[in-house]
Amino acid sequence: MPKDSGIGASSKRREDVRFLTGNGNYTDDININGQTYAHFIRSDVAHGTINSINTAAAEAMDGVIKVFTAADFAAAGGIPCGWQITDRDGNAMQEPKHPILAEGKVRHVGDPIAVVVAETLEAARDAAEAVEIDIDELPAVIDMKAALDDGATKVHDDLTSNLCFDWGFVEENREAVDAAFAEAAHVTSLDLVNNRLVANPMEPRVAIGDYNRSDDEYTLYTTSQNPHVIRLLMGAFVLSIPEHKLRVVAPDVGGGFGSKIYHYAEEAFCTFAAKVLNRPVKWTSTRAEAFVSDAHGRDHVTKIELALDADNKFTAIRTETYANMGAYLSTFAPAIPTWLHGTLMAGNYTTPLIYVNVKAVFTNTVPVDAYRGAGRPEATFQLERVIDKAARELGVDPAELRRQNFIKPDQFPYATPVAVEYDTGDYDATLDKVLELGDYNGFAARAAESAANGKLRGIGLANYIEACGIAPSNLVGQLGARAGLYESAKVRVNATGSISVFTGSHSHGQGHETTFAQVVADMIGLPEDQIDIVHGDTSKVPMGMGTYGSRSLAVGGSAMVRATEKIINKAKKIAAHLMEAAEDDIELKDGQFSVAGTDKSVAWGDVTLAAYVPHNYPLEDIEPGLEETAFYDPANFTYPSGSYLCEVEVDPDTGTVDVVAFTAADDFGNVINPMIVEGQVQGGLAQGIGQALRESAVYDDNGQLLSGSFMDYAMPRADDLPNLVVDHSSCTPCTHNPLGVKGCGEAGAIGSPPAVVNAVLDALNRAGHKVDHIDMPVSPARVWAAMNS
Amino acid sequence: MATITMTVNGSEVSAEAEGRTLLSQYLREGLGMTGTHVGCDTSQCGACVVHVNGQAVKSCTMFAAEAAGAEVTTVEGMANADGSLGVIQQAFQDHHGLQCGFCTPGMVMSAAALLKDNPKPTEAEIRDYLEGNICRCTGYQNIVRAIMAASGQEVPGAIAAE
Ligand code: FES
Ligand code: FES
Repeated sequence: MPKDSGIGASSKRREDVRFLTGNGNYTDDININGQTYAHFIRSDVAHGTINSINTAAAEAMDGVIKVFTAADFAAAGGIPCGWQITDRDGNAMQEPKHPILAEGKVRHVGDPIAVVVAETLEAARDAAEAVEIDIDELPAVIDMKAALDDGATKVHDDLTSNLCFDWGFVEENREAVDAAFAEAAHVTSLDLVNNRLVANPMEPRVAIGDYNRSDDEYTLYTTSQNPHVIRLLMGAFVLSIPEHKLRVVAPDVGGGFGSKIYHYAEEAFCTFAAKVLNRPVKWTSTRAEAFVSDAHGRDHVTKIELALDADNKFTAIRTETYANMGAYLSTFAPAIPTWLHGTLMAGNYTTPLIYVNVKAVFTNTVPVDAYRGAGRPEATFQLERVIDKAARELGVDPAELRRQNFIKPDQFPYATPVAVEYDTGDYDATLDKVLELGDYNGFAARAAESAANGKLRGIGLANYIEACGIAPSNLVGQLGARAGLYESAKVRVNATGSISVFTGSHSHGQGHETTFAQVVADMIGLPEDQIDIVHGDTSKVPMGMGTYGSRSLAVGGSAMVRATEKIINKAKKIAAHLMEAAEDDIELKDGQFSVAGTDKSVAWGDVTLAAYVPHNYPLEDIEPGLEETAFYDPANFTYPSGSYLCEVEVDPDTGTVDVVAFTAADDFGNVINPMIVEGQVQGGLAQGIGQALRESAVYDDNGQLLSGSFMDYAMPRADDLPNLVVDHSSCTPCTHNPLGVKGCGEAGAIGSPPAVVNAVLDALNRAGHKVDHIDMPVSPARVWAAMNS
Repeated sequence: MATITMTVNGSEVSAEAEGRTLLSQYLREGLGMTGTHVGCDTSQCGACVVHVNGQAVKSCTMFAAEAAGAEVTTVEGMANADGSLGVIQQAFQDHHGLQCGFCTPGMVMSAAALLKDNPKPTEAEIRDYLEGNICRCTGYQNIVRAIMAASGQEVPGAIAAE
């Protein structure tokens, strides 16, 4: 029986009511009395020297308040990077300055040069035309491998080259890996590209800076996934504003997918300018600006090799990856191709030896950082593609080759050769599930039906493992994180028993207001509507590391559980006093405290009232009031896993690929709200299928972004996608967090691209086309070319 | 600047607008009705869909002046008279047809226009009709289910909320 409330129930989302009636409060919906409007003038060349900027004519125009350039920010710091990588030689990565506005040089199309602030947006835009900027264009560095050639133009003159770092992992394994390859019975190798993507949350970024002269306090309203992180980065590193004088508010946020994690120049600009002008300053990104100023995702070029012994057991993996950093280091950029990618190269398999080499490269393109999955999709894609190719070369069933190499349920906890320890999992269970739900055995009949319609049908499988939660702090600190990665929660019980939970996690589509309330309601036995979830405001929530890496429930939810446990412990003490019983005998069920073995009981509301009206209260033992805070720093990452099965039909005349069936079987550990989890997977699958078949951020040799609007960047539409079959009945609960949850936000985007590409290649090979690989997006033109080469 | 008057969700309203002011801007900035969203600058995303004289229109493609005197319905006008969710809105909540909510106003308005013309659309017809509305969060499946449910049809395989 499905539950009708609490943990495990598909409770309706409470946030929906405001969104469905037009009452959401997104950042652009906020307007502050006296606000001014900022318009950013951005570089239209990829690389150039700024000779001069003349703002006089623009500043003389009606309604213009001021035109800002880099000169106004001489005292400010650059936009900081939050993660430092140490390269193979033990040296720190090369870390260029990332100014708020371009200093002397522009380094990518979209790099901000000047900002017009005016009384209206129209006036600001009109005046931007009158700002004279003289730039000498320089050769653009676009191709990563060419960027590393001797004598290549440098993106940053003060760095020794365009190489940010050369990372080896695990460096000590290198020789053993090479030896395993020398001894291998079979080696499969594959060159592939993980295509560059634009996250494109439907809400463009917005920043509003406000400054209050009477108390010297700044407020920034911003479309962020982690307002506390922005407060820390911007306050401490860029503008030197102490945290107690800086409030960052991220209200309703219209999707993020990673792109709203980072601290962006526009946030610092609006906050800074608000003080200079003593008026609020608002900036709303257009979609065109978003394409050239939001951090992009992926963009890896990789060679992967897989060694197998005579029994088809995987014996070693070796990879070499070029990872595009873009023109500057975005907040978490260096962590993505390294610790979020190299550590996942074992996948679901027992491969004993792995060596990953990553060269991170500066180019004259938009900075690249995490996008849904972040490093883990890149790892999964390589692995699941090379395994599929190996199966074809060896003439074995791709499902069986995978199964044969699985880490088996009795091997957990399992330490991989790439420094992580999987706590729990059952990869056979999700594989069995997906083969059953997707009717793997019935494929031949469906293929025959497709053939009768003149179509080539293919089936593709992929497994994935991901590391979620992004923690613990002591570990990520050793790996180069410049922050702790815990989460906080404050639980405030009001006198009449209702509860406000203040969480450092941020919801921008994930439905935390509903899910988190279900957990607390379940723990105490209250109706869900007695619990409110507050997030997204540094002045309300004690601290927060925010939402990314599928960490909200596993880390933020765990903090909330810990705080609620403290509440329950204290409430039991009060109840014991009220019922004149021993504290150990007090039980809490359905919002009622009772004394074990007696019929004595007292209601939740009576206890909470006593906490605030302590007439009859153990004042000598405990303080009045009922409010607790907890910080939770997990012991390990969590490791969701799953198996995905995709079926496609290829039109042999046009190369068009149609996804006709997609089945996902995931193991997320315990699930709080199945409806929301299903929705998260569906959304992730849509993005992964989009990456595989449609999406691509393409630069020309001059560094112009060719797919810079929704006309050219092919976002998946409703009729591009099939009905997605999603199952999460396989469940091996996480062993180290109190809810046994693992995280579900990124899985769909991680596991689906290789399943789709494998399916296309299966269709072509079954039809007799010997095609080893097609790069994403697997467009009709590429498929047609592969069939006809 | 000129004063533009129209009927929005049954009430006559006026606000100042320039000739170049878009209907989406007029609603959001002129009237402070921020339910209608703007997600692009190339008429591609559909977050801005409203009804003008009964027709679904991307309000970013129309000047406010062109809608002078018209009857405009926005997402703020889709609830029942008592404030409870209308049939389409309720179906979106029941079938988890929204996540971040940003595309949602446009989706609800497009769904309403579809169901007016085609009260019992097939799944394929729904997917085809939503061609002009981009959602980055949901993968569309639950939006399709919600529209099926709002039209009173069976919704296969859905986990409806309780
Ligand atoms: S804002 Fe109107 S279509 Fe995108
Ligand atoms: S719900 Fe976020 S874009 Fe559709």
